Amino acid sequence: MGSLTNGPEQVVVHRKPGYLRPANMTTGITRTKPIEERRNVVILFAGDSGDGIQLTGSQFTDSSALFGNDVSTFPNFPAEIRAPQGTLAGVSGFQLHFGSVEVFTPGDLCDVLVVMNAAALKANLSKLKKGGAIIANTDGFDKKNLRLAGYIDDADPLTDGTLSEYVLQSVDVTKMTRAALEATALGMKEKDRCKNMFVLGFINWMYNRDNGLTERFLEKKFGKKPELLDANRKALLAGYHFGDTSETFTTRFEVKPAPMPKGTYRSITGNQGTALGLIAAAQKAKLELFYGSYPITPASDILHELSRHKNFGVSTFQAEDEIAAISSAIGASYGGAIGITASSGPGIALKTEAMGLAFMLELPLVIVNVQRGGPSTGLPTKTEQADLWQAVFGRNGEAPIPVIAASTPIDCFEMAFEAVQIALEHMTPVILLTDGYIANGAEPWRFPQSKDLPEITPNFIKAPNDGERFLPYLRDERGVRPWALPGQPGLQHRIGGIEKQDKTGNISYEPKNHELMVRLRAEKVARIADRFKPIRLDSGPPEGDVLIVGWGSTYGAIRTAALELQAEGRSVAHVHVRHMFPFNKGLGPLLKKYKQVLVPEMNSGQLRQMLRAEFLVDAQGLNKIQGLPFTSAEIKEAVLNMMKR
Amino acid sequence: MSAVNGTVAPEKVDFSSDQEVRWCPGCGDYSILKQVQTLLEQSGKKQEEVVFISGIGCSSRFPYYLDTYGLHGIHGRAPAIVSGLRSVRPDLSVWMITGDGDALSIGGNHIIHLLRRNVHVNVLLFNNEIYGLTKGQYSPTSPEGAVTRSTPMGSTDHPFNPLALVKGADGTFIARSMDRDPKHMREVLYRADAHRGTSLVEIYQNCNVFNDGAFEVFTEKASKPAHTLFVEQGKPLTFANGTKGISITDMKPRIIDIGADFSPNDCWIHDERDNFKASILVRLFEDPRLEGAMPRPFGVFYVNERPTHEEKLQAQVKRAKEVKGTGDLDALLKGEHTWVIG
Repeated sequence: MGSLTNGPEQVVVHRKPGYLRPANMTTGITRTKPIEERRNVVILFAGDSGDGIQLTGSQFTDSSALFGNDVSTFPNFPAEIRAPQGTLAGVSGFQLHFGSVEVFTPGDLCDVLVVMNAAALKANLSKLKKGGAIIANTDGFDKKNLRLAGYIDDADPLTDGTLSEYVLQSVDVTKMTRAALEATALGMKEKDRCKNMFVLGFINWMYNRDNGLTERFLEKKFGKKPELLDANRKALLAGYHFGDTSETFTTRFEVKPAPMPKGTYRSITGNQGTALGLIAAAQKAKLELFYGSYPITPASDILHELSRHKNFGVSTFQAEDEIAAISSAIGASYGGAIGITASSGPGIALKTEAMGLAFMLELPLVIVNVQRGGPSTGLPTKTEQADLWQAVFGRNGEAPIPVIAASTPIDCFEMAFEAVQIALEHMTPVILLTDGYIANGAEPWRFPQSKDLPEITPNFIKAPNDGERFLPYLRDERGVRPWALPGQPGLQHRIGGIEKQDKTGNISYEPKNHELMVRLRAEKVARIADRFKPIRLDSGPPEGDVLIVGWGSTYGAIRTAALELQAEGRSVAHVHVRHMFPFNKGLGPLLKKYKQVLVPEMNSGQLRQMLRAEFLVDAQGLNKIQGLPFTSAEIKEAVLNMMKR
Repeated sequence: MSAVNGTVAPEKVDFSSDQEVRWCPGCGDYSILKQVQTLLEQSGKKQEEVVFISGIGCSSRFPYYLDTYGLHGIHGRAPAIVSGLRSVRPDLSVWMITGDGDALSIGGNHIIHLLRRNVHVNVLLFNNEIYGLTKGQYSPTSPEGAVTRSTPMGSTDHPFNPLALVKGADGTFIARSMDRDPKHMREVLYRADAHRGTSLVEIYQNCNVFNDGAFEVFTEKASKPAHTLFVEQGKPLTFANGTKGISITDMKPRIIDIGADFSPNDCWIHDERDNFKASILVRLFEDPRLEGAMPRPFGVFYVNERPTHEEKLQAQVKRAKEVKGTGDLDALLKGEHTWVIG
């Protein structure tokens, strides 16, 4: 895949950190137990949505990233903000894969399952490897919790032997946290809220991680509430000591740093990446950025991020609805800013007519779709890739709009930058597809310098282009029309969604003119492919048995599967499509170089059908529509099955 | 098309474009176009600093007929387009052309938010109480019982009172005029243009093809005096050639006969800064066919100055630059926390 930044290739997802590199990494605690080395480990933290699971997971992730591991995570939260306590619907999970080797996914199955209550166990046991470890908070397995989790006759899995295939370690986290905080003046409820710090301290001990980063995080968070800071610190340390002194735990594990490229890193979520890519591009084009949007999961974080950066000439507008969001962005682009709007599937549906207007006006505009499970309201907090057809085909009349897709959080930055670049240099709306899976997390990013980013040249015009006349739709050799901003003398002109006469832009219902205009607009968009870099395989031989064609957030799972298959001597290659419309000109010829083509997608086969239609290739699909990302094992299995045939 | 060279303001500029005007002969839109052109020419504005934004409908073809910048948008969304344009271009003179269907039906959600935000724009709402471009269906301002192509048995819908809606949305400039009174219209448009914020002028406009005579009672010489009330700042509310007036007691307006019992001094004195009186004024909306109906007011009902949306938005950008310094892209890319591997 092409890269603006030459950044690291690993796909790593974790949450927003708050860290600095410490001077030394020691805990000051004597290490008394043997340490075993592991290449990579998958931990799944699960509990009630009020248990602080996301915080525990992200803190452990940050500590691991700081330690030098490659990491990849998958936060999975309930759709309800406050689902009933103790129920399956209220379970929040955070899966983390960290390694001394590159990791590309959050891991298929986990080695360790940490559960704060019975519901968390019930909801996640299927994700644990046979023989894996369960660390269970016994207090979360009382009669009430067992009943809420739906265990028949309140049967306690911690004691009834049903977990004999696993290594079960029961810990009364609640009791020990309370004991550690006995001397504090906090109420019971506040004490119990420190449970997650006890668990984190314990896991830090188990994986030989430093508490320092979390201590600094706590100082920042509770700086003004010394009693809470003290309690959380105590719980963290108590968890750590518990591991060290408890007779139950005899071994610790160590996952050494991964060989990451040298450089300075930061963490970036996919939505942050999108926001920063948009700002960087506006800066490189020397334009103001106007962002019109209506809140929607999982796109709202782009609005939150952009609204923090007004000193970059960023105006954010929380519109009254999705239609106003895009229409205001069109108005801003007309005025000479780069207009941007973002949403998820349902909101994008509402923006459809305005997208047609922007296409017809031939103004720059970027539309970001952070895809989620559909149709209709669908699965707001789950991920899917089912809006590809909506993006490519979903407008009245023939209104081809370029569509590009990001594959990782870092790629969100790069593709957002490219979206603005295409919009401004080709005078067209551009759709950027990301999805909830990559939008919500982040990866360590060896961020670029601004001088390494390309300059962007908007297609401005300063003087009349036809003698004394100004023709708003007089095109250049790429088919691109000039951008004349209101306020410029001599360039007054009228544009609209109604069909216009070639060159003048005046209203025209002339039959042949309409056909000409439809063709001119389509040709302009098709020519955008001229700017794409030659297509590049992500991995594998240049010709062979199977080509896996992926797009979007399936990148990590496909890459992992492809590398494993290649290591096993299989003739399997992987290409990841970034330009969904128009396609890279090298894609068609590449498809013909393999005996079989597999297209894994989190939909029923949308890219597959497009490839079949465009290139007459017998592409086969691997389709998962569960609101969850692929595991690499699923992809590997599909390739192997295909090769048997 | 008249081209303007350089930056010197022309003495007298023709604001009409080279496009043939294609409204039906006799349409009220012609009168409005003429008054707007006259205003633009007399106000000394430069062509290039004027922008007309419209939605969809007969009225929304307006931008094509003016040699200024213009954007003919999609149905109902002109307020949103204006909001975005204004957010980044506080320097322009922005006009929005809309109709009763465009503004109050399909674009109803946008017009109220434009008003509450107080985006600086002159909104001309052409109200003809009918859908003209789609050939004669009832509109959200058509009276109940209106027999149209889509309501052969009469409309069952209660109509909007447009200016009461505008008042409800906290509009900061509220006025009404009519196509058949060009002088009044021009005066109101001047006032609207001078106001900073959303100036909304409802213009009664006759659709002589699908709804001819809808406002006849207000516009025809014979009936106009008895059924119209032209409000002027600081003047008593009188009508019917000064023979009648409106008094207000216990917040209730009533018609009084000026002469023996009452003088103009007993009338309600118009104060366009009075929020509560404006709320009553926009409610003088009775069916003129009813016996003893209140006259329909015209003129500037309400003016209120509060900061515009774009002023507040741009102030935030300015403040962010002052506090944080003009954006440094490298600092942004670096973020707050980094670590080194090497």
